[in-house]
Amino acid sequence: MSRLIQRYTTGERNTHWVVAIAFVLAALSGLALFHPAFFFLTHLFGGGPWTRILHPFIGVLMSLFFIAMAMRFWRLNHITPADRQWMGRIKDVLCNRDENLPELGKYNAGQKILFWTMVVTMPLLLLTGIAIWQPWFAPYVPVWLMRVAVVIHALSAWILILGIIVHVYAAIWVKGTVRAMTRGTVTEAWARHHHRAWYRETTGK
Amino acid sequence: MALQSLDITARSATTTPSPSVRGTLQVAKLIDISKCIGCKACQTACMEWNDLRDEVGHNHGVYDNPRDLTDQSWTVMRFSEVEVEQGRLEWLIRKDGCMHCAEPGCLKACPSPGAIVQYANGIVDFHEEHCIGCGYCITGCPFNIPRISKKDHKAYKCTLCSDRVAVGMEPACVKTCPTGAIVFGSKEDMIHHAEGRIEDLKERGYGNAALYDPPGVGGTHVMYVLQHGDQPGLYAGLPKDPQISPMVSLWKGVTKPLMSLGIGLAVFAGFFHYVTAGPKEVDAHDEEKSS
Repeated sequence: MSRLIQRYTTGERNTHWVVAIAFVLAALSGLALFHPAFFFLTHLFGGGPWTRILHPFIGVLMSLFFIAMAMRFWRLNHITPADRQWMGRIKDVLCNRDENLPELGKYNAGQKILFWTMVVTMPLLLLTGIAIWQPWFAPYVPVWLMRVAVVIHALSAWILILGIIVHVYAAIWVKGTVRAMTRGTVTEAWARHHHRAWYRETTGK
Repeated sequence: MALQSLDITARSATTTPSPSVRGTLQVAKLIDISKCIGCKACQTACMEWNDLRDEVGHNHGVYDNPRDLTDQSWTVMRFSEVEVEQGRLEWLIRKDGCMHCAEPGCLKACPSPGAIVQYANGIVDFHEEHCIGCGYCITGCPFNIPRISKKDHKAYKCTLCSDRVAVGMEPACVKTCPTGAIVFGSKEDMIHHAEGRIEDLKERGYGNAALYDPPGVGGTHVMYVLQHGDQPGLYAGLPKDPQISPMVSLWKGVTKPLMSLGIGLAVFAGFFHYVTAGPKEVDAHDEEKSS
């Protein structure tokens, strides 16, 4: 195995996992209240009323830690011409024909799109969630606004859940990726293969 | 509360049929506003039968008392002073409370299975033991009726005395009304009764007298006889064409199954992509170059 290089600091990893765990809990409790097919998930949280009580607090925790994470990674997620080229060759990406792909920095366009999806959906979820938060805020919100909020909340959550499904799948699909968030390191070969510009910048090779 | 003697037409957050083999008569309460004297006996009867006692509030300079519906006040007389004809003051007194819609928005919005049911006789009832206190029923209701208790965080509203009706009695407000402004029976009979009243009102100069049984919510099981049927808004803002908000219909309509399907498809797409294309691995060339 080739040498290891640092991809995420301990702080970055911990922040990521707080967001990740909060997301899983918020998604499960949110889905439970979204469609009757998922209502059984309320049992994981101690029943219907407990699910209703806990969901918003989990959501706020997720949002706060996401803000910390987003500020840290903001600069690295600007879309570049290489990203457009990469998106144009998405078929090669999916079919593992990586030799046709451009050199990339720390993140590819897929990762960046997920980042910006989260930057948009997280604040929407937080704001609309506060508007329908019983019993603390909802009683002071006009009913028309609550009606708009529930729709935006559901749509944003749906987009975020789809984004995270792709995110998790990509981590499983691209071998050698998960350790970046668990151990903080990746192999030099991995970095060279998937993020060559970042690899050069980091190792000076 | 669950009543074994009543069959159920619709049940919140439930996708399979509810117990509904027994045939039941559709019931309705008819409130004839032209006969109401605003004595509030109905409010008192409601409190008495349902063991409710609202907080003693403050005088707000109007006759409405309490000022609004609460978890303890399931019905409130709303007093409106209007001049439909210039110089002719009219005092319109509307007994506000749940309208028991044939297509209840509260039930559509409720995420908790069985927290809201619609009995075969048309009564829409909250089963508070299943209520999770999310307030979705408030967004679904076109009449601004459900109130969440600060004490137990459950939603409450008029039950149309489902417990009394189940054993063949009329609702408490109907029983007590001294002028016969509130009557109760089969929906068909109530419509028929209203027709007689409207005819009478028309003869007495109320040319626009009409029955309020709004089709936008499939009709209601609490109906009004309005002297000014063309202007329901005169009666403390009774909506002219109440409907479940399109936002709620969107949220609880197509998006619910479509979004769930989308999530399921995304997971399957990932799984089958892995099986088809295989994992993305670092090749020997990179291993060699970077070592």
